[in-house]
Amino acid sequence: MLHNKSFVKKTKGGKVMKQVREHYLRDDIYCGAPFCTVCDSSAARLGASPSTILIVDTNVVLNQIDLLENPAFDNVVLLSIVLEEVKNKNMSVYNRVRSICSNSTRKVFVFSNEYHRDTYVKEMSGETKNDRNDRAIRVATQWYQNHLGGDVKVLLITNDKENKRKACEEGIFAETVESYVKSLDRSDLLDLLVRPASEDVDMEEVEDLRPSKRKVIYSEHKPMSEITSGLHRGIYHQGKLRVNRHNPFEAYVGSESIGDEIIIYGRSNMNRAFDGDIVAVELLPQDQWQEASSLSIAGEEDEDVDEGVHLAPNSADHAPRTIPQQGSSEKVNAASNRPSGRIVGIIKRNWHSYCGSLDPMPMPAGSGGIAHALFVSKDRRIPKIRIQTRQLENLLDKRIIVAVDSWDRQSRYPSGHYVRTIGEIGDRDTESEVVLIENDINTRPFSSQVLACLPPLPWSVSSEDLSNPIRQDLRHLRVFSVDPPGCKDIDDALHCHTLSNGNFEVGVHIADVTNFVHPGTPLDDEASQRGTSVYLVERRIDMLPKPLTEDICSLRSDVERLAFSVIWEMTPEADIVSTRYTKSVIKSSAALSYVEAQARMDDSRLMDPITADLRNMNILAKKMRLRRIERGALTLASAEVKFQIDTETHDPLDIGMYQIREANQMVEEFMLAANVSVAEQILKTFPLCSLLRRHPTPTREMLEPFLRTATAVGLHLDVSSSKALADSLDHAVGDDPYFNKLIRILATRCMSQAVYFCSGDLSPPEYHHYGLASPLYTHFTSPIRRYADVIVHRLLAASLGISKLPSVFQDRLQLTNISDNLNYRHRNAQYAGRASVELHTLIYFRKRPTDTEARIVKIRSNGFFVFVPKYGIEGPVYLTKADKGSGEWYVDEQQQKIKKMDGSLSYSILQTVQIHMEVVEPQPNRPKLQLTLI
Amino acid sequence: MEFVSPEGLRLDGRRPMEMRQIRAEIGAVSKADGSAIFEMGNTKVIAAVYGPREVQNRSQQISSHALVRCEYSMANFSTGDRMRKPKGDRRSTEISLVIRQTMEACILTHLLPRSQIDIYVQVLQADGGTRSACINAATLALADAGIPMRDFVTSCSAGYLNSTPLLDLNYVEDSAGGPDVTLGILPKLDKVTLFQMDSKLPIDILENVMQLAIEGCKAIASYIREILLENTNQLEYRRGV
Repeated sequence: MLHNKSFVKKTKGGKVMKQVREHYLRDDIYCGAPFCTVCDSSAARLGASPSTILIVDTNVVLNQIDLLENPAFDNVVLLSIVLEEVKNKNMSVYNRVRSICSNSTRKVFVFSNEYHRDTYVKEMSGETKNDRNDRAIRVATQWYQNHLGGDVKVLLITNDKENKRKACEEGIFAETVESYVKSLDRSDLLDLLVRPASEDVDMEEVEDLRPSKRKVIYSEHKPMSEITSGLHRGIYHQGKLRVNRHNPFEAYVGSESIGDEIIIYGRSNMNRAFDGDIVAVELLPQDQWQEASSLSIAGEEDEDVDEGVHLAPNSADHAPRTIPQQGSSEKVNAASNRPSGRIVGIIKRNWHSYCGSLDPMPMPAGSGGIAHALFVSKDRRIPKIRIQTRQLENLLDKRIIVAVDSWDRQSRYPSGHYVRTIGEIGDRDTESEVVLIENDINTRPFSSQVLACLPPLPWSVSSEDLSNPIRQDLRHLRVFSVDPPGCKDIDDALHCHTLSNGNFEVGVHIADVTNFVHPGTPLDDEASQRGTSVYLVERRIDMLPKPLTEDICSLRSDVERLAFSVIWEMTPEADIVSTRYTKSVIKSSAALSYVEAQARMDDSRLMDPITADLRNMNILAKKMRLRRIERGALTLASAEVKFQIDTETHDPLDIGMYQIREANQMVEEFMLAANVSVAEQILKTFPLCSLLRRHPTPTREMLEPFLRTATAVGLHLDVSSSKALADSLDHAVGDDPYFNKLIRILATRCMSQAVYFCSGDLSPPEYHHYGLASPLYTHFTSPIRRYADVIVHRLLAASLGISKLPSVFQDRLQLTNISDNLNYRHRNAQYAGRASVELHTLIYFRKRPTDTEARIVKIRSNGFFVFVPKYGIEGPVYLTKADKGSGEWYVDEQQQKIKKMDGSLSYSILQTVQIHMEVVEPQPNRPKLQLTLI
Repeated sequence: MEFVSPEGLRLDGRRPMEMRQIRAEIGAVSKADGSAIFEMGNTKVIAAVYGPREVQNRSQQISSHALVRCEYSMANFSTGDRMRKPKGDRRSTEISLVIRQTMEACILTHLLPRSQIDIYVQVLQADGGTRSACINAATLALADAGIPMRDFVTSCSAGYLNSTPLLDLNYVEDSAGGPDVTLGILPKLDKVTLFQMDSKLPIDILENVMQLAIEGCKAIASYIREILLENTNQLEYRRGV
């Protein structure tokens, strides 16, 4: 082992300092070729006898990562210097490269050239860092060629002309990516190629084809130095750009320096920024601040805006963002007090790949050649992307994934390249896949490392489990579970029996997932990444592998299972006398569905013990519920729908409102109580590192649109506290039975969603859960399908002294990261679930045009939004044809009415209307649901 | 940050279980009774031992033992940025104390009553692991001064970064904020005389990290023994034995 020192100068905090680092050069770094006679080939990854070995340079990795991910691109050696440079330039590409390297099916080897005795190069005087690194790559290539001898061709792939020239001079085989891929003769690979930007010769042709494109459309991005100094002086503001999900021309930048959101209107102000980019914004002068333009429903002909029919939102997070309008509409107040701005520079790009399809276009005359096409993302926040393809005829009716490469000032749209095809548009499986990809949901099967963590099957409760002093034997108890029909991942069960003093003992038994999922194992890492199981209409994506989800953890009937139990002693008045927590062994005597449980309770002839328990529990639950409502818990409503799916074709057969029964409420009540008890217990022991769930109190602005609606229909709502709101919601009774529910649905969607947080990050008053009117809340009862519950299980076990607290909890930053990830995954899972329902709604109505009743929920200048209670969907109804303008109708803001100019017709909010629902296809392959007034 | 690459190499090209290159030299300060220079990679310290000699301050004299005193300091030029540190800052006081206690545990002080032994250690160049290097240098210097000892004390550090136990942390790894264990042992007697740790570490992992540090200490001990043997051979040769 040789040893040598390298001297590096480094600036740090403005100061120039000389840093000396040791650098050990080794002779035990191997080439990774199994056929090599000199090297130890135990860790070899390359093919047994490849004809060529590829060495790629940094820019190739950075730009052509999609190509590298293609399995056709094999026998690649990645040099450590290349990885180092990639890491410094783009962390997400680095992570992708690393995952290629760790994929055992790929023949990709990482060669630590920087630490190898023969391939380390010293920086020469006057040589730039880049030149030195290029030289290092060439030296390593040369070494490989000499090392492996003449049988194998070692090919350097570089797009750098200078580097290539030098390589050729030194007698190294070198090629550009284009020429190499062309030599492979595979057109699908060619599509994956990223075309180099501007300076390339091809640009001339493009210019000729599209002379109009030479026009500069966007203003220039300011150089980084200027942005930094601008941010420093306070003229620019930094923040993350969030594009309105419902209107891609409107975006928000949450800026800390202003303490408010800056609105950005229009593509030119957005200046080529994508959703999620970190941008620098300059405020516009105050007289250009625009009033919210969301007063009309965007017309169908509007190029990108498409306000289609969607599921009715469940909370403010799903609902379109509307900006509260101040003042009456008659007064001309051009200047609003919401700051508007324009983007001057992009600090960090958030480009990744997007799902969508190609804009329909005729086949170009010379077919087989390169075609330019526009790609439309499914996610409406993303602009159209220009791509080049050689397989246009194959792609036109397909859902494809496209990655963005660059966006010039001269082009209206960014340019990108094709990555892969998912399947045919409109096909249910394809569309489901799109939903999953769009919401970043990992559907890959569990890896072998993860599966290795599972206990051996078939699993059953062992004698060690029974003799374990921490585990109480509760098999003698009459435990049962109540779940939706067909539920396989049963994570909760209940028991209830009368004590001799007249009190009740009530127990909630939760599957003991942490007995199988140990912290730090691959299984735990995978579950923490997935965060939650995802429920789509026709399938479920599990958080934990199937044996755990459906068998080992699931509290099925008539088998012994491990559980974590919360057991209360309750008075007949449902006051909790004492609470205890224990790990246990239970044996469920019945797995009921909600319907069955309800039927048992209702059937007065049945007197068996389980039914008696159910009735007792129902009585207790009703009292608990009443008390909770007295405390101010909101009874919110959502328009959940349920599909009946054909078992053969998986097509939806029927669609209807999800019915909530007493049995549901009963189970829910005990789960809430268990969660609250556990939250108290873990917070008491670990005040700084507990994982809790909070629901922020809605602000006045969030409730504003709802209040205006309520006032228009003559309701007075008190929103000063959740108690006041709950009371006024109770009093909101209209002429028809559905009125109250409708009001509740409207109230629910004004509120934001509850979130997980780490107790050390906030102060105790902020822990409050508004919707449940509980000062503390957490999730404990579904560890099979939510990772948060797994964490809470560990906390509870540690607080009882059953097990040690894993080291994660000592690091608050890490815990915060986990809770952020859980929130993100939870939200995505919900979006995915909703998108899946929307997809199935579309499939359902494709064959069944329907007339139905709908309620008006939002008034716009050219129409209104209606909510269809029966199907839980919401969508626009246009009163005017888009080309005529909105002259005929005028909106009465105060009364929330839309009237015809001659006064002959008027529609007011919450009014019932009859509509016709039908699936139309305005463009080929773009079916959408259309609502029209009858 | 990635301190150990997936290929199993650290930032400076070592593998997790490897130490930096060590080098030692006896007799760097001829005026002192015993002295040594000890290098661990870019960390370089010098130690000088005076004594056993008469106790300077009579009030501190101990009738049954020798008085051991230790002074640790860092040269102003030892780190890249030239900072003038006050002499008695907390860090040096603490390290002085640590070194004194460690050395006291191996010197047969009861053989030298009413006398004083002064150990001066100075860091000439700092690149992590100065504490360990100082103890190793002090051991060599004490041996050079001919002071009776139970065994050598050798010291080595180990850490835990990226879920990997690492031997002999350098400055970059040391300032990562992870756990950092400094261990001093009497290799022949198999006893631990110094054990310090920053940050937290689960107990089962601590065991592994400590085992690694012990291996490191033992490797240093065998090197020190070699150096001392060579030194003795040379002395023999000079005396014409």
